[in-house]
Order: sequence, then structure tokens, then C-alpha cells
Amino acid sequence: MDDKPASKLTYSDITPKGAYTNRRNFLFGMLATGGAVTGWKHFSNWMSGPATGSVPVKLNNVKKGPFSTAEAITPENDVTTYNNFYEFGTGKGDPSRNAKNFRTSPWTVSVEGEVKKPRKLSMDDIMKIAPLEERIYRHRCVEAWSIVVPWIGYSFSALANLVEPTPKAKYVAFESYYDTRQMPEGPSAGIPFPYLEGLRMDEAMHPLTLLCVGMYGETLPNQDGAPVRMVIPWKYGYKSAKSLVKIRFVKNQPPTTWNTATPEWYGFYSNVNPNVNTVRWSQATEHRLGGGIFSRPIPTQIFNGYGDKVASLYSGMDLRKYY
Amino acid sequence: MGVVNSILTSKWTKVVVFALCLVPLAVLVWKGFQNELGANPVEFVEHWTGDWTIRFLIITLCVTPFRKLLHVPQLIRFRRMLGLFAFFYVCLHFSTWIWLDRFFNLSDMWADMLKRRFITVGFAGFVLLIPLAITSTKGWIRRLGGKRWQLLHRAIYLSAIAGVIHYYWQVKSDERKPLQYAAVVGALLAWRLGAWLYKRRQKSATDNRTSKEPVTAETA
Ligand code: HEM
Repeated sequence: MDDKPASKLTYSDITPKGAYTNRRNFLFGMLATGGAVTGWKHFSNWMSGPATGSVPVKLNNVKKGPFSTAEAITPENDVTTYNNFYEFGTGKGDPSRNAKNFRTSPWTVSVEGEVKKPRKLSMDDIMKIAPLEERIYRHRCVEAWSIVVPWIGYSFSALANLVEPTPKAKYVAFESYYDTRQMPEGPSAGIPFPYLEGLRMDEAMHPLTLLCVGMYGETLPNQDGAPVRMVIPWKYGYKSAKSLVKIRFVKNQPPTTWNTATPEWYGFYSNVNPNVNTVRWSQATEHRLGGGIFSRPIPTQIFNGYGDKVASLYSGMDLRKYY
Repeated sequence: MGVVNSILTSKWTKVVVFALCLVPLAVLVWKGFQNELGANPVEFVEHWTGDWTIRFLIITLCVTPFRKLLHVPQLIRFRRMLGLFAFFYVCLHFSTWIWLDRFFNLSDMWADMLKRRFITVGFAGFVLLIPLAITSTKGWIRRLGGKRWQLLHRAIYLSAIAGVIHYYWQVKSDERKPLQYAAVVGALLAWRLGAWLYKRRQKSATDNRTSKEPVTAETA
């Protein structure tokens, strides 16, 4: 590996941290206990190889991207232990526990629909479509909490241009991975899976819209949507579908999971908007995570503070009706 | 039975039960100092105190059926304390919302009360408990008279129902936990309905033999 220039490294070449730690654990386990049971456990872990992608690995050649906020970044531990990823359980701590052994390699994303060049992309392909950028975005959950995350990826438009959408493509539909063998908690979540999301074409093509493969300098942890997810910073977090397996360019507005389940609480557009409240949540303020128990709620900004860049997408639209 | 009786009537048992009722609060404070409240500590405290409110309401509602079914009438000694602890935890819950969650934003909270039905019904559950807490003393039983006092304190049924609806209306999609609480509260109230119907039938069957059983606070 040493003789390869770093830029030629492929996704599967990167040695997962897990490979080192497993090996070290193996030796320590043997030395400390000398016990056959512990030894065997570590031995079998080691023999079966690292579960690729299950432990984040460092991403090289990431340049600083545009649109980053100067606000304090949320501690990584908060972003990896407090997740909404209902396929792995509905408790905030469930995904970090239950997604440990989620297999993210091999991985294929099918890009299809109203496009000239449909593609089945591997993660190696996806890592090469455009240079990786770090973008520090605010991320606002519909549950009135928010985080500031240094995501890694590139504008989704780069992937779209690769497959050449036809003029018929008016929306983009996203589908997340779902398999009850890997996600036994899924059927209890109370919403239908696979998880579906969608954007209007102009929203998807907006430079802020990120196809995301990493965060905090590394590949995505499983609970945060490994190996590849969307990040749309001016919309509530659930619009940013995780663990993508299908991206479909379509003519009509696609069905989306939360909107289908509870339309009064979740609209199709789901733009962050302190002036539009639902029967469930006041969106006037939010709690910025990482500030401790006595940190005060802060006012929520329209379009999550990205209004100067995206408000024009919705000119003439009644945002109360299209919430 | 002698041992059970002496345990249940010992004044030390009351002290122990009192201390046990404070354990959820102690664990919460301990977790706070250990930095174990997670990424969203405000939500953690709000959920913890909300959970313990509904649990104490349920424990309180268990007293009468347990007394009758297990023939341990002495349990009545703990009922007031348990009910007051339900009130104690809902006060913590409500304060968490006012202070840590909403930070005294009056207009915001007012809008929530009016618009968010889960808040409205939770607030109703809280308000219903206030007169019960106030009139929980022997003096108030005397002043109101056993029968009226008992009628008033049936408001705890409504409070528990309100608490369950409050929980049910706030969950996004996974309804398992609120439905579990609904099942328990439902069973406890169904037992009361059953006991009442049974008593009424018995009464009409033996109407000319027995005179009315006097109602006291202890028989509710
Ligand atoms: C009898 C009265 C009440 C009971 C039994 C009760 C019980 C509960 C329960 C069980 C939860 C869910 C905990 C969890 O998810 O683990 C909860 C959450 C909550 N309660 Fe209450 N509660 C009561 C009154 C109130 C009142 C008066 C307020 C405020 C006005 C309130 C505001 C909340 C809020 C904001 C949440 C969190 C919702 C969220 O996660 O967004 N509750 N409560």
C-alpha cells in the first residue's frame, strides 16, 4: 500500500482502524487472560477480517469546501451516540448499539430512472466522482434539537451530472437500505421501510445539497448513515436519507416515509421554518447539543440560516401550505 | 402473616419506602454528575421525570387492588405517600419543561398549551393532581367528609388516563411504550369497575339483609 500515491487509494484499500485494534486486542486478550474462550473470540474476530466500514477510517485528500459555518462544532461523541435511524431502533441510543455489525461493504447504489446513463455505483466509484470536501453545516432535527457537523462529500449535482438526467426528471427519490436480518428492530419502528425521501430537482441540484460519505475526517459511522447518505442543511434532518441504495430520477413528486406516515406533522418540503408549527412541535427554538443541561434554547432561523442561498427556490410559494 | 403485618405496620417501613421513592431522583442526579445524561440532557431529564410520574401514578393505583386481592389492608399506610410522590415527580417534570426546555418563554409555552394537544392533556393531568395533593391530609378528609373526599380523589383516574394519552400523542411512530402503560392503567381501572359492579350486584341481592356499608377514605 505504501508505494501507491495516496490519491489512488480506493475505498476498500483504506485499512480500517478495526484491523489494528482487533489485532492488538487479540494479543492483549491472549496475554491478559491466556483463556481459551477470550482467545478464541478474538481469534475468530481477527480471522474473519475487519467488517469493512463498520469502524470509521480516516479519509485523506479532503479539502475545505464552501458554505462552512464558523459555529462551534458539536462534539463527535454526541453525533455518534444520539441518532434517529429507526431501522436500528427508535431510541436515540439504539443505532449506535445495534448498527455495530452493519455490513457496508460490498455496497452498490443504483442510480436510475429518467436518466440517459443509469449506473450501478460501487463505493469506489462514488469516492471518485468529485473531489471530497469538508463542509461544516448546521443540522436541524424536527424534534427541535440541532448539531453542527463537519460532513465530508461533494455536491449531489456531481453525481446527477454523471448520469445525465433527461428533461423529464422533475424530482429525485432516495431509498435507504433495509434488511430485517441486519435490522431486526425495523419492524417495530411503526413506519414502513425501506425509508424513502425525495427532493425537487432544483433542490437536489443546489450546490448546498451534499452527497455525504464521511464526517469528522473519517468515513461515516454506521449509525450516522454509512457508507453514503444525503445532507440537505436547510431542511429537517429526516429529509437527509441515510445508507442510500437507490437514487431515482422521476417525473412526479415521490412518496416520502414520514409524510406518508403522519402528513400533519411532516410535509414533503420540510424546510426549517420557525413560523410553521405543527400540532406536535413548536419550531420557534431549538436546543444546540453539546452545550450541557443549562444551555438555553436558541431561536431557529428560517431555512436553518441558509435562506440567502435557497429562499429563491421557493419564491411565490406559500410556505405554510407547502411546509 | 404476623411477620408481614409487623413489617407493614412498622414506622421504619414507611421511612424505607420514602427513601425508595427518592431513588429515581437520586439516580438522575448521580447520572448528571457522572455526565451520563447523553447528548440531549434536557430531553433526558424530561423523559425520566415523565416516566416516573406515570409509574408513580400506576403504583398508587395498585394499592387498593393489592390490598384486596392479597388481603394486606395495611398497604393503605403508603398510599398517600405514593400519590404525593407522583405529584412530586410531575412537578419536577413540569419544571423541567418550563425552565430547561422552554426557558420561561411565556408566549411560547402558552402557544404550546393551546396548540399542542399532548401538552394540553399533560397539563390537565398535572392540574388534576393539585387539589389531591392539597387535600391529602387527615384534616382535609375530615373537613370534606369521607365520601366527598373519596369522590374528589377519584380524579387520579383521570390524571392517569391523561398521562397515558399525553404519552401516546407525543410519540412519533413507535407506540409500544405508551400502549404498555395504557394496558396497565386500563387493567387497574377495569379492576375497579369490576369490583364496583360486583358490589352493586351483591348489594341488590342482599338489600333487605344488610344496611349500607359506611364509606371511609380507607375503602376507596
Ligand atoms: C400527569 C401528568 C403527566 C404525566 C403522567 C406525564 C408523563 C410523561 C411521559 C411518560 C413522557 C414520555 C417519557 C419518555 O418518552 O420516556 C412525557 C414526556 C413529556 N412531557 Fe409529560 N407528563 C405529564 C405532564 C406534563 C406536563 C404538565 C407537561 C408540560 C406542560 C409535560 C410535558 C412533557 C414534554 C415536553 C415531554 C417530552 C416530549 C418530547 O420528547 O418531545 N408533561 N411525559
